[in-house]
Amino acid sequence: MKRTTFVLALALAAGFSSGALAQAKEQFVPANFYWVGPYAPGGSGFGGGLIDYMAMINARDGGVNGVKLTWDKCETEYNNARGVECYERQKNKGPTGATVIHPLSTGITYSLIEKATADKIPVISMGYGRTDASDGRVFPYIFPLITNYWSQNTAKIKFIGQKEGGMDKLKGKKIVNLYHDSAYGKETIPVLDIQAKKYGFAITHIAVPHPGNEQQSQWLQIRQLRPDWVILRGWGVMNPTALKTAARSGFPREKILGVWWSGAEEDVIPAGDAAKGYYAAAFNLPGTQHPAMKDILKHVYGKGKGEFDDKSRIGSIYHTRGVVAGIVTVEAIRTAQARFGKGKPITGEQMRWGIENLTLDAKRLKELGATDLMQPLKVSCKDHEGGGAVKFMQWDGRKWNVVSDWISSDQSIVRPMIEESAAAYAKEKGITPRDC
Amino acid sequence: MLYREAGQFKSTYAEDQQIFPIRQDRVAVLALLVVAFVVVPLVANQYWLSAILTPFLIFALAALGLNILTGYAGQLSLGTAAFMAAGAFMAYNFVLRMPWLGIIPSFILAGICAAAVGIVFGLPSLRIKGFYLAVATLACQFFVLWAIQRIGWFTNNSATGVITAQSVEILGYAFDSPERKYLLTLAIVAVLALLAKNLMRSETGRAFMAVRDMDVAASVIGIPMMKTKLLAFAISSFYCGVAGALYAYTYLGTVEPEAFTLDLSFRILFMIIIGGVGSILGSFLGAAFITLLPIFLNVLFGAASHTFGLDISHAIVSNIELMIFGGLIIFFLIVEPHGLARLWQIAKEKLRLWPFPH
Repeated sequence: MKRTTFVLALALAAGFSSGALAQAKEQFVPANFYWVGPYAPGGSGFGGGLIDYMAMINARDGGVNGVKLTWDKCETEYNNARGVECYERQKNKGPTGATVIHPLSTGITYSLIEKATADKIPVISMGYGRTDASDGRVFPYIFPLITNYWSQNTAKIKFIGQKEGGMDKLKGKKIVNLYHDSAYGKETIPVLDIQAKKYGFAITHIAVPHPGNEQQSQWLQIRQLRPDWVILRGWGVMNPTALKTAARSGFPREKILGVWWSGAEEDVIPAGDAAKGYYAAAFNLPGTQHPAMKDILKHVYGKGKGEFDDKSRIGSIYHTRGVVAGIVTVEAIRTAQARFGKGKPITGEQMRWGIENLTLDAKRLKELGATDLMQPLKVSCKDHEGGGAVKFMQWDGRKWNVVSDWISSDQSIVRPMIEESAAAYAKEKGITPRDC
Repeated sequence: MLYREAGQFKSTYAEDQQIFPIRQDRVAVLALLVVAFVVVPLVANQYWLSAILTPFLIFALAALGLNILTGYAGQLSLGTAAFMAAGAFMAYNFVLRMPWLGIIPSFILAGICAAAVGIVFGLPSLRIKGFYLAVATLACQFFVLWAIQRIGWFTNNSATGVITAQSVEILGYAFDSPERKYLLTLAIVAVLALLAKNLMRSETGRAFMAVRDMDVAASVIGIPMMKTKLLAFAISSFYCGVAGALYAYTYLGTVEPEAFTLDLSFRILFMIIIGGVGSILGSFLGAAFITLLPIFLNVLFGAASHTFGLDISHAIVSNIELMIFGGLIIFFLIVEPHGLARLWQIAKEKLRLWPFPH
């Protein structure tokens, strides 16, 4: 009896130390996401997509040039302190340490910027903050890939202009920015103010305090203002509540345009009929018809593995977003391996080079089976965003239908703002920007 | 056998009144301090220092502040996180606008600003008690966060409201590595804990406890109510303010107002309830329980799934951790409603008799 408990304790202690025995040809990617709490659908969906894609690459191709991808999950609870703790716990796992971090939270990204730069581990904040990290000269290790919030916002205004019949028709219109009162929510206020001056529309910013399940007063204010469009910049429960409250106060939902963190199935299904006709932005498209998704179904779910027990979630927006993150991660590893040694695990510093020199043109996307799942990408030292285009979808009650082509952002507005903000950060921190 | 004070005689008043009159206690505490200051930085790796020990110390300090107010002075407060936020943002502003001050004076001034906020929102305590006072301090919690979010001066007009703490440098010595940040936090927490212990043993502490036990009788025997209650709020908010400043400078490095929500106030309240209200040691035990146990459970489940090859969905694992954590809180409160500090006290009493049962 005593010996079995002793052996059990030893086994657990061994399990504590570092998980599986580290083999030489492995690439470790931390999976620090959130599976509990109000944002669990987003965290578990994205995490599931990333892990599913990596599992598919392992099963179908045997890894990246023979180097298998490994991962370990850590619960961050969408909390900055837990996010930092998970990062510290995971950053030295694997033969070459953590390859890259996807924090999936603007707050955690902010907390990790200095730490990750000091530890030489790149951070991919795909589609979220810190926006001015798009200037790679000041933020060498932070990559807000595909689009950042300011680019997306200019694309949104272009879409509204399209719907109104031209950008010149925006003059005199009224737009309300209903935002979640957090760092994430406040990020687009400056860029909207600049565009309001440029195109001549009136912009009103209305804050919704966290978590946003009570929005009567905000929508009453909106009803008094009678705007032409409402931009919904919500997160979590704020989204379905906004749609339901809008329906109650009589605001047409075809005039509500959501950001991509307000444009998932979990955001609209709870609102029921109140969400039919609502528009949302997206930088990745849902569905299982893309060849990459079909491969995941065949090689991962077909073999009984796969992250989702609830099969209806496969192909949802968050799932494909995670798959896109997986594509970017794997292709960056491949790019880095081509430079630093094929078939060998790469370090975080080499991965940084890989992401910075990542090019995914239309041809490569077709090879990957991801055409139309994501847009072509070209990252460079100066431009850590790499894409900048957005598509728009409309909810019809059962699924999202794409209603526009890739609308590019207005970099003439966005880029000067980013460079100014990044320069201010560099001055405050005493960083010398790199030469690109 | 081990814990008897046979042969230890006190010949001066100073010896009789010291915090640890028993020699075994003094040796143990000295050994603990040596381990904490010398052994841990040499032995612990970066994960332990920056993700486990530093936040534990910071929350222990905040719990200490709340314990002074709620445990010793009996004023229930739900505004702890707001005082921490006040300390954090004011420290940032002092270092930003008056860099010649230095970090430690900036922390002290930030604590004093938090104390001022505490006095203002402690004024209702002169008229209301108990749960009603808790609601009044709830107003403080929301108001302080609202002020920080709306008034751009606090965040230096940052668009997102997130501030990055500047690097810590004292007399030219940069505190940038995890070991140095841990040592700075440990030094500040040790000094403040010693001050708190001595304060609670002094006349001020006795006045606080009199107000807690029966404030009408306390005022009858001449303890001034307004001064005592506001002093309790001020000292408690000072501690929470310094804890908030440490949270920003030695732990996370960035602060946003969303980090100091009502959720954090409740967490600190739970720390002192589980650790033991009205006890300095209880603040530390409660902080260790609440901050470290969820991480321990997370690591345990990870290790268990690796060792036994279990493949449970991670959503189930995370939720089970939360359930076990809640279950343990209920268990400890049933076993010992007065908290872990009382359990420790009972253990010491039994140790006096060991190996005899009675």
